[in-house]
Amino acid sequence: MENTTDKIAVVIGASHAGVNLAFNLRKEGWLGTILLFDADPALPYHRPPLSKTYLTSKNSEAQQPLKPMESYKKENIELYLGIWVKKIDRKAKQLSYGEGRAQNYDVLILATGARPFIPDIPRLETTKNVFPLRSLEDVQHIKKALDGSKQKKIVVIGGGYIGLETAASLKKMGAKVTVLEREERVLARVTSPELSAFFTDLHKKHGVKLRTNISVKSIRTVGETQQVLCSDENAYQADVIILGCGIQINIELAQAAGLTLKNGIKVDGICKTNDDSIFAIGDCTFHHNLHYNRYVRLESVQNAVDQAKIAAAAICGKEVVCNSIPWFWSDQYDTKLQMVGLNEGYDEALLRTELENENSFSIWYFNGKTLLAVDAVNNAKAYVIGTKCIKNRLSLDKAKLKNPQIQLKPATIILE
Amino acid sequence: MAKITFITQENETITVEGNSGSLMELAVNNNVRGIDGDCGGVCSCATCHVHLSPEHMETVGSPSEIENDMLELDDNVSEYSRLSCQIQLSEALDGLVLKVAN
Ligand SMILES: Cc1cc2nc3c(=O)[nH]c(=O)nc-3n(C[C@H](O)[C@H](O)[C@H](O)COP(=O)(O)OP(=O)(O)OC[C@H]3O[C@@H](n4cnc5c(N)ncnc54)[C@H](O)[C@@H]3O)c2cc1C
Ligand code: FES
Repeated sequence: MENTTDKIAVVIGASHAGVNLAFNLRKEGWLGTILLFDADPALPYHRPPLSKTYLTSKNSEAQQPLKPMESYKKENIELYLGIWVKKIDRKAKQLSYGEGRAQNYDVLILATGARPFIPDIPRLETTKNVFPLRSLEDVQHIKKALDGSKQKKIVVIGGGYIGLETAASLKKMGAKVTVLEREERVLARVTSPELSAFFTDLHKKHGVKLRTNISVKSIRTVGETQQVLCSDENAYQADVIILGCGIQINIELAQAAGLTLKNGIKVDGICKTNDDSIFAIGDCTFHHNLHYNRYVRLESVQNAVDQAKIAAAAICGKEVVCNSIPWFWSDQYDTKLQMVGLNEGYDEALLRTELENENSFSIWYFNGKTLLAVDAVNNAKAYVIGTKCIKNRLSLDKAKLKNPQIQLKPATIILE
Repeated sequence: MAKITFITQENETITVEGNSGSLMELAVNNNVRGIDGDCGGVCSCATCHVHLSPEHMETVGSPSEIENDMLELDDNVSEYSRLSCQIQLSEALDGLVLKVAN
């Protein structure tokens, strides 16, 4: 497509993926119009702080916009916030929104991300003070409910990253927190048993109650509080219930438009869908990772940002290859977890604990000799070295790596 | 109020004023190219890398251990490197000049 001033790029979803894409389009020299649609009325913001610093901050204005309003003006990016896009007509290259409004596009970018998965629990819909945690509005509701509750008893349903981060933040704020997890360990879907064990201990030390192998059967309201009735026959008291049960990707628009789906919107190496005029980026995509040579769907800022760069460059006619190594972080209490790579298919998890600080450790996931991924806890050095080794496919001396007497340095652990 | 100057890789010079928050936020809020701040300022992404001039090193101070380690992610690291999200704005920084590393 020729890059001319009369062209229109429309982006659906103005979060980490969509906003970065819009700014990258300008950086790559896109001359035409850029329109950004999002159902969320708030100026697009960082999501990760929602369960972390934003939740604990006293100032509800303290949310972090991805970009200030002036930047959108300066780059001539038009924001359509608080507007739900209803339909894509691929033949007419047009989308419909609001009350019978339509918008043409030359190129369309789907950055529709995900919404919280709402579990099928009887009476959940009608229960007071039950909140998912994905949007700014969700957190504002949670803060308000917490302010209004006397006992500050919280039940978090789901022990994934968001559930655990939320538990840590609420604990910091003085709440009594119980986390209910259906699997036999927390973080079961996203990490190894070793790391799950560490986070289980961490939360217990801070006085959070973790219950695993438990499923919620129903919820009963008794006066001002709710009782969460579980498969272990217990009833957990809660003034506020947080749902941290994972996400459901927003693919309905793509589906209705007949785009190819497979565990997400299927895209090629430059984030293009099976329609040459439609790209998809971020949490909603099922894409090929070159390094690991397989298709993945990722839920991370890194993936949203990297795909936004690739798609923007491709739309502007640049030759690009996406060769990124996934990375992720999570902050709970004073503990910083940094992960790099994808550990799926590992046959060995090598633990290294630093001598000076037992709270600083790393888990190195191998398949044979190949380093697949590293989880680093309070150990940015391991994260950085791991990143370089994975990226450059370097071989490591496992014996030295395991030995805390030997300093963690590229020169000491990388095999010639 | 402190006046901070950012010099981008494209040699654009942007001088801005600020009171509080981090230098990364100041840069993002003023559209400084090359400072992305993808992690929102929690020392997790290293996309806010700047080089200080040697005479400013003392005023600004040296990086913490984790910041120091994270800087190694970037090939462009030097002894004058800092992650701008880890530097809080204050009067003392008035007149600071920073080169954006990427
Ligand atoms: C509480 C929390 C903590 C997190 N912490 C971390 C972390 O520490 N590190 C990390 O890497 N990642 C973290 N994540 C994940 C990260 O935020 C997501 O991966 C990222 O937001 C994905 O960006 P996205 O733009 O693809 O999708 P989303 O952020 O989901 O945005 C999609 C947007 O599209 C809009 N939309 C969808 N359909 C339509 C439509 N039809 N019309 C109009 N608008 C529409 C939605 O309103 C939404 O704003 C966290 C997420 C949450 C919720
Ligand atoms: S903003 Fe991510 S490290 Fe500074």
